[in-house]
Order: sequence, then structure tokens, then C-alpha cells
Amino acid sequence: MAERAIRVVVAKPGLDGHDRGAKIVARALRDAGFEVIYTGLHQTPEQIVATAVQEDADAIGLSVLSGAHNYLFQRVLELLAEQGAGDIAVFGGGIIPPEDIAGLKAMGVKELFTPGTSTQDIVRFVREHIRAAV
Amino acid sequence: MTERERWPERPARFETLSGIPVEPLYTPESLAGWSPAEQLGRPGEYPFTRGVYPTMYRGRLWTMRMFAGFGRPEDTNARFKYLLAQGQTGLSTAFDMPALMGYDADHPRARGEVGKEGVSISTLDDFERLFADIPLGDVTTSMTINCTASVALAMYLAVAEKQGVAWDRVGGTMQNDMLKEFIAQKEWICPPEPAVRIVVDMIEFTAKHVPRFNPVSISGYHIREAGATAVQELAFTLADGLGYVEAACARGLDIDSFAPRLSFFFDIHNDFFEEIAKLRAARRLWARFMKERFGATKPESMRLRTHTQTAGVSATAQQPLNNVARVALQALAAVLGGAQSLHTNSYDETWALPTEEAVTVALRTQQIIAEESGVAMTIDPLGGSYYLETLTNKIEAAAHEYIRKIDAMGGIVRAIDTGYPQREIADAAYRYQLMEDRNEKVVVGVNKYAMTEGHPINYLKIDAAVEHEQVERVRRFKASRDAAKVERRLKQLAEACRGTRNVMPVLIDAVKDYVSLGEIADVYRQAFGLYREPIIF
Repeated sequence: MAERAIRVVVAKPGLDGHDRGAKIVARALRDAGFEVIYTGLHQTPEQIVATAVQEDADAIGLSVLSGAHNYLFQRVLELLAEQGAGDIAVFGGGIIPPEDIAGLKAMGVKELFTPGTSTQDIVRFVREHIRAAV
Repeated sequence: MTERERWPERPARFETLSGIPVEPLYTPESLAGWSPAEQLGRPGEYPFTRGVYPTMYRGRLWTMRMFAGFGRPEDTNARFKYLLAQGQTGLSTAFDMPALMGYDADHPRARGEVGKEGVSISTLDDFERLFADIPLGDVTTSMTINCTASVALAMYLAVAEKQGVAWDRVGGTMQNDMLKEFIAQKEWICPPEPAVRIVVDMIEFTAKHVPRFNPVSISGYHIREAGATAVQELAFTLADGLGYVEAACARGLDIDSFAPRLSFFFDIHNDFFEEIAKLRAARRLWARFMKERFGATKPESMRLRTHTQTAGVSATAQQPLNNVARVALQALAAVLGGAQSLHTNSYDETWALPTEEAVTVALRTQQIIAEESGVAMTIDPLGGSYYLETLTNKIEAAAHEYIRKIDAMGGIVRAIDTGYPQREIADAAYRYQLMEDRNEKVVVGVNKYAMTEGHPINYLKIDAAVEHEQVERVRRFKASRDAAKVERRLKQLAEACRGTRNVMPVLIDAVKDYVSLGEIADVYRQAFGLYREPIIF
């Protein structure tokens, strides 16, 4: 039986309007054969988690360039755990200083991509580390 | 053996950053039929290709205006004073995301974002602390704020009044370019039509009462940063400008009463000549639109005055000191392109907001160009270059073609509704990224000459306590207000929004009674409804 495609929600949490990166990543993942749901801008963590659960997503990719990453990633992880959806992997990217990356990974964020990352690296990460739920 | 075979070319793509093919040599034939009198004119004269003022930098250097804002109002106030002490000649304010989206610091949606990407502002109390001891009659201030720009203008005028500075002495610029928000920067409250109505209210109000103030800074910067090419940046920016002019004329304003105060803001990216050509083409196109399409008669109405900023998107996190060189070249292009004002980015901005040390290097870069390089001694020193003039013509023609398409759609608001500029930009951004990923565009230190990174640079950290402190202060402050007065002001504002009366006088009275930015934005949300973006990727 053919495995179903990996489904990724690409989301812009918080008030930040910088969506160039999120849209490029969404498109690169779609072109690589994944199913992509792009939430659009200005989403609350609650809205993002609701979308991921409803869409039966395997992963959430968060893009944050506003400096609010510590709060927003943590809140998304908390809400996933609360809803018994802790198996949905969370990764992300944006303007995220190195010392915050360590903290976010310790919190449970699978991977973080910073400026200069090639889309191929992100595609490779999803292919190697995200599994479609059965 | 042909000359090409004896002298083979490098295996590179010879095209500008925006994809315009570049010939090996430009000669007088490249400009056959070109008339300097028609295409250039003299500086300060129609069509202003060579510059908007007759003496340009020999009369006055450009304004060195560094964008600053973070943390609490007093943190930004201290940075302002530092920059003025370093020889900066104008202020430029960055607001945090909650202020830009119409939420007070104590709103749940502001969590984690207070003071992060700019200064936190909720009420006039914050604005008073932001501009404490800064004489608003002497310093001009630019404010990067859009859907809540009307609130910021009201607060700024209220502070000036408290300082005893008459409004006709107050100079500055509001970004207030809502059309480019829908296209690129993506900070909005209500849909395009009511958003443009508020912009026109501000154009009308400042033309009458704050004549030295630029009520809109029609901005290509964000359009470019979102991924547009130089041609798209120019075309969509001018199309936005035409949109405001049409809306203001439709209200019955005389073109020559407000057009002289429209200002612009362009990005200055890596391709040196393309950026210089873009600014020259921008001036020529705008002058012709104003004269021919709108019948402007004052030369001031036809002059495209512009702020510029080096391209944030060109900065790399890898080998960050290389950004100093990029910024210097981009800044030089802005100056050779005849900019009126310039912000140079700091080398550490792909990591966080800039440190004082990084900002100082960026400001010194401008001072070196102005006072050591000699380029400011003569006007439009590259004018007449076969290459530059050819490129100026090409960019002008290509941008004009886009504008014709937008006109055919029924104007920029209709084009935005269909997602046309948004899609063009997303496509260009994706193409550009793929070229970088495939090493077809060199990014020094990233896809070529990469190194194992040494020790990370020092970068600015915003203490988490700042948010807590600011939120508490705003809560206490709001609780201390006269609630009945606040209610009354909000009611008056709601009436003005639903009617056709200019909202500015009502807003000024409201902020003086300490009605908050978030409360005013709530009235806008109720009166005008929320904007929902078309999802395009």
C-alpha cells in the first residue's frame, strides 16, 4: 500500500508580517511532493494548533522574524501536548539568535533554520525526519 | 579566429540582479535618438532625472536618518539622543509589532512581542517619554507605521503642542502607505478602501494644518524586500502613489495642494548601476505622471523626493562583517542615485536589532561617503554614461508596462484584490531563492567562499523584564484615566469613521484624553471590518 504524503502546516504565528521565507518554504515543500497547508499571516498559537489537528498534519513549520520566537514556539508545543497531539513535529526558522536555538531545541523544537539556509536543506530535513502518521 | 574566440568571456550570466541582460560595452549608438534635453533636463527641473534640487548635495547633503526603536519608550529615547550626538540629522522611529497592528502592550495578542522589533507604544504617556527633551520644532522625525499611522500622527502633534511647538513648524514623515501593506509588508487592520480613506484624511489634514509634514512615504522598500525585482519595486510603488493621488483628487483636493508633500522610500540592493538607474527612472516617470495624467502645474508636485535604505535582505548571517562592505556599496548607489535621505543597515541585523557599535559603523559609512569620497561635490556624476542612461531607459519602460497592466485592471486597489502584485512578488522571490540554492547567484560567504564560522558576534538582547514592566505600566496608566471621557471620545471617533468627516481632529482630541492606540484600532475594526488576505504561495 502506498504511503500517504507527508502533510506539513507552514504557519506565521504572532503579528509579524514577514512572509517571504514562509511562502518560499511552503512552495519548496510542495514542489518536493509534500502536502502543504499555508495558514497565512497573524495566526495565534491556538489557531495554528487547531489547523494542524484538523488537517491531520505530521509537522508544523513556524516562521518568526519578530524576536517573539521563545514565547510563540513554546506556546505551540504546550497546546499540542494539551491536545494529545504531541506527535506532530514542530520545526521552524527566522531571525533566531544561536543561544535561543539551544533553548528552543531543549523545549522540543526539532530543527531551526536561520538566514542563508537553502530550501534543499529544509526539504531534506522533512524527508529524513518527518513521518506520515498511519 | 573571431575576437570572441580570442578573448572568451567568463562563464557567467551577464544580467542585472533583476534579470536585465547587460552588453559587454555601451557606446554612443546605444543611445541613438536619445535627447539629453528631453530625458535629463537640468537638476531641479522637469523631468528631474538628474535630481530634484538645482544644487543637490552641494547645497545640502542628504539626511542621515538611522531607523531606531526597541524596548520601552525611554530605551529608544536614549538611542535617539545618542544618534543625534553622533551627528545624525533626523530621527526615524521603529514601532513594535503590537503598535503596528493596533494592539496595546497589555493585549493578549501582544504576548512575547512587546518592545521586540521596535518601541512599545500604547498611549500618549508613552509618546511623551519617547520624545522627552527632543525639540520637535528643530528635529524632523520619520515614523514607520501604517495602519495605526493616524494615531501616531495625532500623538506626535499632541506632544509638539505640549512642547509649545506650533504645528506649522513640525516636520517629519509618516510611512502611512497602506497599499504596500497589502502587497508586501502585511500589517493591516481593515480592507484597502477604508484604509485609503484614512490615508486621504491624513493627506488632507496635514496639507491644511501641518504643511511641513509628509503624510505618506510611498514605499518600495518592503515590496523589494518581499522579493520583487527592481522593476517590480518601481512599478508597484508608483502604482500605489497613483492610487493615493486618484483618491485624494476624487475627494476634491487640488493636486498642487498636496502633491508636493508626497514622499517616497526605495530599497537599494546589490546591483550598483541598476539601483542608480531605478532612482533616476523613478523621478522621470513620476514627474511625467503628475504633469500629464493629473495636470499638476507646480514643479514641487512633480518632484519625487525619496528616502532610501540599504537592502536588509542582502545581508548575510554568515561572515557578518562582510555586510559592512555591502552596505557601503549600496549607500554609494543611493547617493549617486540622488536620494534625499538614507538609512544604512547595520552588519548584525540578521541576528537581532543592531547594537550601538554596529549602528555607529553604519552611520560612519554615510559620513565617509559624504565627507571623504568626493562623490557629493558634483550633481549626478554618472549622468550621460552610455550604460547608465540605457539602463535608466530600460527600467523606465519596463515599469511603465507594469503600470499600464495595473491601469487596465482598474487601478491598484483592484489589482490587490485579485492578488496580482502579491503573486508577481512571490514568484520573483521563489525564482531568486532557487537561483541562490543552485549557485546561479553568488552570495559571498554563503554559497561561495563559505567558511566554518568563528566566534559569534555580539548582538542586542531585549531583556524579558521589559515586556512585563511595560505591560504593568500601561495597565496602571489606563486604570488611572477618566473612563467617561475615554468613552465619549471613542463614540465620537466611531461616528467620524462611519460618516465622511475627517478623523484627524477627533483623533487628536482622543489621544490628548489618553485614549489608547489599541482602543482606537478597535473602533477601526468595528467600523470598517477586518481585512482577510488571499492565500497565495
